Amino acid sequence: MLRVTGKRLALLIPTLFGLSVLLFAWVRALPGGPATALLGDKATPDAVARINEVYGFDRPLLEQYFVYMGRLLRGDFGASIVTGRPVVEEFLTRFPATLELALVALVFAVGVGVPLGYVAARHRGRTLDHSSVVLSLLGITVPVFFLAFILKWLFAIRVPLFPADGRQDPRIDATHYTNFFVLDGLLTGEWDAAWDAFLHLILPGLALGTIPLAIIVRITRASVLEVQSADYVRTARAKGLTRRLIRGRYIMRNAMLPVVTTIGLQTGLLISGAVLTETVFAFNGIGRFLRDAIFNLDYPVLQGFIIFIALAYSLINLLVDLSYSLIDPRVRVQ
Amino acid sequence: MSATLPPAPSGPSHTEGPEAVTTTPGTTAAVGTSLWKDAFRRLRRNPAAISGAVIVGVFLLVALLAPWLAPFGGEELPGRTEIRPTTIPGPGDVEGYPLGLDRFGGDLLSKLIWGARASLVIGVVSTALGLVGGMVLGLLAGGFGGWVDSVIMRFVDILLSVPNLLLAVSIAAIMGQSQWAVMIAIGASQVPIFARLLRSSMLSQKGADYVLAAQTLGLSRRTITMSHLLPNSTGPLIVQGTLTLATAVIDAAALSFLGLGGGVPQTAEWGRMLTYAQAELAIAPQLAFLPGLCIAVTALGFTLLGESLRESLDPKSRTA
Repeated sequence: MLRVTGKRLALLIPTLFGLSVLLFAWVRALPGGPATALLGDKATPDAVARINEVYGFDRPLLEQYFVYMGRLLRGDFGASIVTGRPVVEEFLTRFPATLELALVALVFAVGVGVPLGYVAARHRGRTLDHSSVVLSLLGITVPVFFLAFILKWLFAIRVPLFPADGRQDPRIDATHYTNFFVLDGLLTGEWDAAWDAFLHLILPGLALGTIPLAIIVRITRASVLEVQSADYVRTARAKGLTRRLIRGRYIMRNAMLPVVTTIGLQTGLLISGAVLTETVFAFNGIGRFLRDAIFNLDYPVLQGFIIFIALAYSLINLLVDLSYSLIDPRVRVQ
Repeated sequence: MSATLPPAPSGPSHTEGPEAVTTTPGTTAAVGTSLWKDAFRRLRRNPAAISGAVIVGVFLLVALLAPWLAPFGGEELPGRTEIRPTTIPGPGDVEGYPLGLDRFGGDLLSKLIWGARASLVIGVVSTALGLVGGMVLGLLAGGFGGWVDSVIMRFVDILLSVPNLLLAVSIAAIMGQSQWAVMIAIGASQVPIFARLLRSSMLSQKGADYVLAAQTLGLSRRTITMSHLLPNSTGPLIVQGTLTLATAVIDAAALSFLGLGGGVPQTAEWGRMLTYAQAELAIAPQLAFLPGLCIAVTALGFTLLGESLRESLDPKSRTA
């Protein structure tokens, strides 16, 4: 297992290396070059020349590339043009927010999706099954940001059950250590702060979780349908095993493999969705920061965030691959 | 993928995912019916396919006939004088504007109709770009194999490691804010899917008897790839293309919603209309709901059509 993990991690290196080359080329392809992007409105020829000299944009490309790679390897991703703070710091302060949001979305998607898919498959062809198919189809075709609008209008404006914007009520004086607001509240014993932060997560979490939910329902349903008619399930039934045992150990365990793969593949979707959801709910995570970075052409931020996100995405999919053999011992990771 | 899956229970590739579809040209179910004829026959009996086709048909008609259907031009602001900072006339409030006005004084109905045209153009152009790009890469990878295949597939893997929207956004950042940037960005984010699909479809055909026969006849690799492998591998691409039209409509709206579409603020584009509906969500929710509904219904139409097409092309579902 350890060797396999190491091997898979080693395979990540060429991907990340390729990505860094693409990003290097990308910055140089920005309109007017990096110096103009850096200066924005203040881009006089003099200023551009000065910036090019200071940052070394006038050196040969190959030299620039080695300098750039050297800095990346030392963990130096530069500083944001807008805030002036290091990109790594900006990422680390905002990442917990998005992670919290993604976790709520994932818990919702898996917690509702897997049972719903299972029940739909067990009631194949009946009303419940048909409605689950229709619902999951709708879930795929409704854009995240539109769903976010509907939820916000329904549950924050018409019936004000949940807060409409932000991560926490600014009137609450909360202490933050980890930047996971709910966790911070629990750690410091500020229960009202934890509860308030949690309430702020509900609507964006539901909006973000709906597309993964729809996909998980579909995959679970298809997978359970296939497994439940397998010979070993019939045998288990003939042996007189309890329904609970058959459901848990025979059907679900075998049906979960494709579902776990799908959950891993949802990570990319969650990140894209987070940019949109955080925009609608004014939720201060990496998604919203990325959106602002796009408009300000804050290329160090874009560059760094894309590498971090690609890394996170690849690591999660690695974990998913490794988890196969835990779920199904027949799968031998090579 | 380095995890080997046991034959049963099957992974998602047997039930879901673009790679599930493989056409087997060698086997014909009923004598005298081609795969496509047979598929079409089954499509006509499928209610989901019919509903999808109807939605797509209406959408196409509205998009093509926009200049005749819409009471006003897409960027016209006929009701500029009716707008107050606190009140935006809703459906039926002012005569002549059946669905009311937006914050700029544009006619909501006209903008929805013109928006269909914008979505159609973006959807078709970006999918075409993605399809062509993906086909070139897939053909090279599947046709040559060896190191060409490895290099191309590594490149595709890198593209896949960046979430779609981020990839699109990075491309749009280079190109500036315009409709073209949106189309190229969405097309580029679809290239990896098409490339992988064509490659895997071609690889699965490579061992087929008719390929062996062509090789025995001494046909060149180019002829075999272009006239034998490619035509027999297009089924999955057509299915994926239909499904991609749905995601392209949604992604285009998302990029415009984020503000990457360029042009004047009152541009008649569904995603853009949602951007400017944010501030008035409490007083004029229809400004957000109607464009959103248009996006969702259009995407639903293409999805229904694509999924039915996939089902009917699946050799497993063929009946003799």
